[in-house]
Amino acid sequence: MTIDLAIIGAGPAGMAAAIEAADLGLSVAVIDENPAPGGQVFRGVERAGGDPALGADYAEGLALARAFRAAPIAWHPATTLWHLDPEEGYLSLDGAPDLSARRVLLATGAQERPVPILGWTLPGVMTAGAAQILLKTAGVVPAGRTVLAGQGPLLPLLAAQYRRAGAPPALILETTPRGRRRAALAALAAGGLWAGRHLLWKGLGLLAETRAIPRRRGVTGLRAEGRNRVERVVWEGGSAACDTLLLHEGVIPATHIPMALGLEMSWDAAQRCWRPVTDAYGASSHPNVAVAGDGAGIGGWEAAVAAGHLAALDAAQRLGRLSAEERDRRARPWLALRRRALALRPFLDALYAPAPASIPDATIACRCEEVTAGQVRAAARLGATGPNQMKAYLRCGMGPCQGRLCGPTVAALIAEARGTTEAAVGLYRPRAPYKPITVGTLARL
Amino acid sequence: MFALRPEVPATVEVFVDGAPVRVPEGASAAAAVLLAGAAAIRETPISGAPRLPYCMMGACFDCLAEIDGVANRQACLVPAAPGMRIARQRGARVAFEA
Repeated sequence: MTIDLAIIGAGPAGMAAAIEAADLGLSVAVIDENPAPGGQVFRGVERAGGDPALGADYAEGLALARAFRAAPIAWHPATTLWHLDPEEGYLSLDGAPDLSARRVLLATGAQERPVPILGWTLPGVMTAGAAQILLKTAGVVPAGRTVLAGQGPLLPLLAAQYRRAGAPPALILETTPRGRRRAALAALAAGGLWAGRHLLWKGLGLLAETRAIPRRRGVTGLRAEGRNRVERVVWEGGSAACDTLLLHEGVIPATHIPMALGLEMSWDAAQRCWRPVTDAYGASSHPNVAVAGDGAGIGGWEAAVAAGHLAALDAAQRLGRLSAEERDRRARPWLALRRRALALRPFLDALYAPAPASIPDATIACRCEEVTAGQVRAAARLGATGPNQMKAYLRCGMGPCQGRLCGPTVAALIAEARGTTEAAVGLYRPRAPYKPITVGTLARL
Repeated sequence: MFALRPEVPATVEVFVDGAPVRVPEGASAAAAVLLAGAAAIRETPISGAPRLPYCMMGACFDCLAEIDGVANRQACLVPAAPGMRIARQRGARVAFEA
């Protein structure tokens, strides 16, 4: 049996798309690697949606998850897409029987931008997003001295959530370069202030709530030190004892599946990342595939909800259930919601752009294969012109994560060593299986 | 070093390298390893360096562990279940010992 729409990912975009598509009479299946809907932003929301420590924004995901559960869709949790044939609409799955679908929506969201510093592979160093997932899914908080380092809206949010949960961090190290605020405020003055006021207000509230936590601004030269786990965080001009170091430099679209499919991609200079090229409805360069939510460019959960509805309306139109006029009419409120949700984005992009810093040679770039920045630079000077060639030189990007974590770093190092740009260097071309699978799964083919 | 918030009930008992640890419903195997205070969830195949879970969202593969006898599982994507046995994964698989 061939269904109308297969949705990969049950975060805000995937859930919203599923609800809208089912409402339009499409047969819908949704798969997600996780055991429950929510994505990362609403991870565990059905368990912890009412937790005052996590806040009102997080609780908004509860209504979405409930509507998703109530919608007439086939829901396949704990299921991994390991191959997609977009021509045939054939999805090879691990955890559920394979699917055939007329249209596929990738709602695979974002991942945290890698933060390659010396010592970032030490036990006790993890991402701020990882720590927040522990809090959301299991009520787990760090014990001992916790240091938050980096920049982006997640850091003050997590600091506030930890404070409410009775586990405030000992120190916040902000890597936003000095003088950035002025440029960002100029971006804000150019537009977006009024439309984005509710988001700005929330951000200011979080900053006020975490004012009592010691903080260093304009931090550079960050590194983690310790023998078999992190014991100390060091920066230019200072250091502090540390049991848990939580790193964050913003989020970037998860490009693994779009890149593997060969979808047309573009370099987003403002967000310093790659994103699939999509139209206003999320349609990609492949006629059967759409991308919605943060996976098509970072916009946050409200923009993702709007994008999910828009992608579902477009799917219905393409499958002959809606006229183009009716699709466009129904799209209007979602386009307006997305514009509002994105109003503050130029300000955030300008404020939290990663600081241009040279990565020390001894830093591990590829965590899986333990390849250092210095090795990548040397290979680039020897003649490895791009990330795919670098695999042959050094095996970076060929470990179990398949380059998810080192891709942006390796590309930036090649660009630096060869005097060109990340846009010109490109990214790894991943191959199926998108995630490692067992021989047993292959044998079922 | 991680701890449970006092108001969260730990109702699921799993074993991390043989030692029992109680974790809440909804916790992943990776969360159980962190709550158990283990020094590492795996040792890397290249240098044998210790690692603990890093991204908790299925991207980094630093939480690869042996779960109920199956190696190379992404522990952050596996919900903890009663009696589950989570074991540290040590280095590369040895194909041939001279």
